[in-house]
Amino acid sequence: MFNTLRQIASISGMNLRSIPQRLGPSSVIVVGIAGVVAVLVALLAMAQGFEKTLAGAGRADRAIVMRDGSNTELSSGVTVEQVNVISNAPGVRKANGRPLASPELYLVADVPKRATGLTANLPLRGVTAQAFDLRDDLTIVQGRRFEPGRRELIAGQAAASQFENLSVGSQLRFRDSEWRVVGIFASGGDANESEVWTDLAVVQATFKRQGAVSSVRVQLDHSDSLQKFKDALTADPRLTARAQRETDYYAEQSAGLATLITGFGYAVTFIMAIGAVFAALNTMYAAVSGRSVEIATLRALGFGSGPVVCSVLIEALCLALLGGVIGGGLAYLVFNGYTVSTLNSASFSQVSFNFIVSPALLGQGLLWACIIGFFGGLFPALRAARLPITVVLRGL
Amino acid sequence: MKYCGLLWAGLMRKKVRTTLTLLSIVLAFVLFGVLRSVADAFNAGVEIAGVERLIVTDKYSIINMMPFGYVRRIEQIPGVTRVAHATWFGGTYIDTKNFFPKFPLDAQRYLDLYPEFVLSDEQRKAFTENRQGAVAGRELADRFGWKIGDRIPIQADIWPMQDGSIAWEFDLVGIYTNSTASGPANEFWFNYDYFDEARAFAKGQVGWFIVQLADPAQAQQVAKAIDAQFANSDSETKTSTERDFALMFAKQVGDIGLIMTGILGAVFFTIILLTGNTMAQAIRERIPELAVLKTLGFTNTSLLGLVLAESVVLTLLGALLGLALSVLLVGMLSGALQAVVPGVSISWLNLAGGVGLALLLGIGVGLFPALTAMRLNIVDALRV
Repeated sequence: MFNTLRQIASISGMNLRSIPQRLGPSSVIVVGIAGVVAVLVALLAMAQGFEKTLAGAGRADRAIVMRDGSNTELSSGVTVEQVNVISNAPGVRKANGRPLASPELYLVADVPKRATGLTANLPLRGVTAQAFDLRDDLTIVQGRRFEPGRRELIAGQAAASQFENLSVGSQLRFRDSEWRVVGIFASGGDANESEVWTDLAVVQATFKRQGAVSSVRVQLDHSDSLQKFKDALTADPRLTARAQRETDYYAEQSAGLATLITGFGYAVTFIMAIGAVFAALNTMYAAVSGRSVEIATLRALGFGSGPVVCSVLIEALCLALLGGVIGGGLAYLVFNGYTVSTLNSASFSQVSFNFIVSPALLGQGLLWACIIGFFGGLFPALRAARLPITVVLRGL
Repeated sequence: MKYCGLLWAGLMRKKVRTTLTLLSIVLAFVLFGVLRSVADAFNAGVEIAGVERLIVTDKYSIINMMPFGYVRRIEQIPGVTRVAHATWFGGTYIDTKNFFPKFPLDAQRYLDLYPEFVLSDEQRKAFTENRQGAVAGRELADRFGWKIGDRIPIQADIWPMQDGSIAWEFDLVGIYTNSTASGPANEFWFNYDYFDEARAFAKGQVGWFIVQLADPAQAQQVAKAIDAQFANSDSETKTSTERDFALMFAKQVGDIGLIMTGILGAVFFTIILLTGNTMAQAIRERIPELAVLKTLGFTNTSLLGLVLAESVVLTLLGALLGLALSVLLVGMLSGALQAVVPGVSISWLNLAGGVGLALLLGIGVGLFPALTAMRLNIVDALRV
């Protein structure tokens, strides 16, 4: 047993040390696999970043209430009377005797994007002071909050960097009126940062939506009290509303695009991986046939076929791992933290998010690299083991 | 022709290597086909849209509605020949996954403006006569197995009915087709009159107008005239050509499509580079053999042609197989992607481009070794 290991170690060492002499063909494996891993990691990092950004805006102990049948805030409508009923339903936490419930009006407005100069859908949220009580992680990083009753806006950090005219002090024109940006807010990089917030009553008046909001968000007194809250809403004849845990709502909002990118990523990676296996096979077959005399000599000297197989596999795996590390590193350097903004068809508005190259993704990339390396090395290794010693040596 | 045997012998010299190389090229071109069709789908609206039509939306966002009465007022503007309107209905057919656009509209006006949508006279008549009638695009009808006479339930998200119900129902009375080669037929239409009467709020309001021009060259002036007509009113407008309108949406998706296609483009070229390298190496290995051919009396040019032909045959064969596979794959994908990027299909232009690329690749890969082979000094080469 020990002998076999020593044999493997010595042949593998010999093979690996000779790689510099076969730099061209060996780099084919490395580059091919680096490409596969880089693409897989980059695409999954994009899907993951998008999901995380939306998920970050939701909390398990908050619920969002929209009209039954509506899956997005943009298509939903809740009347002011219904807001009162919802706010006072059982299961909603109270602070100073008042329920922690935030009626919000969600709209989109055409504002030019910095990158293209063309207008894009900027999400505009009309809120009351309750919205800030509910989202305690939201902080103003520049300027101040808007004053109720005035045409003032605060912009999320992400929105401010993606859209024109969203820095503190600039003016924006909606409908028949000028609006002033008075502050920039941050909320841990979640989807809220892609929005612009202002006073609910002012938005309602400007956009002729008096008496209606899109949704009501409530703070549950416990994350388990959702069912109680839901049941109360269903039982009330004045309501046609449906409550959903915020985390579930945001997961639904990101599902479409995230699934598309992930599915696309795996499909492309699979196709490329097969290509990389072919490239690895080519290289390793060439390596084996170029070394057939060496291998036959080793076998004649008493080295077993097992160690020969292992040594070829080890060489392929080493090259594959190197490729994996390069590909993963490249994806990390280029894409980690890279910000993009896109139209999320679920919310019909621009959402900007960062790519997240997580250790788990890099691990997955290396796993793919090893699998490709294994299959790319296996068949050439078996051929090496089956080389007819006498025939090869006679060829000398 | 007489070189065919030689060509074949060259390719079959190392069967495994040739097969693997061929398969790599096949995969690269499968990727190319899929990539181009997805990229096209992201820009689809831009390609299909004509310039002779204008789209009028609310000035501040497409989500805001405008009065139905604008139809008549826009019609009066000089340079305008026809006006139609439509509204975004949203809604869900059984499951949110079954997404397709649903528009309440005036069939007569809409069909006049979009001559590419073909609906038989009989079905057109049935549509106007049946208040709850609906017309679906061919793709849509095929997707859900709808037949004329089916009752189609749609659950509203934006538009509850007057009684608060969200369960709308329509009778399928017609199926339209799209007469342009790759144009989509995936919309669901129903009568605006019925919609307006049944909806709970925003009565008399529509989503957007489509305007036909007497002369496409006047697009800018007419657009300005329309916007001027409604300036300082409660509902100001923004008029753009159909192409600009589609472009605005394509740009909104923007970065993601660009990143996806960018990454894949890089990958395609990596695979090609790797394969090219292997092929070039394979030819270099055979330099002594080529010298033998020269000794036998092959001219420089025929040797050049032979080596080039070998690499071109390999890349062309791989590309054709790959493109054929990608056509199959795209066919399967387009169903799955319907909800997100509708109209994923592979165009003849892309197929031709792929073949051209394969030709270039074959020449690019073969040229250097071929030139070496041509300039070969027989004595030196045989001495190796």
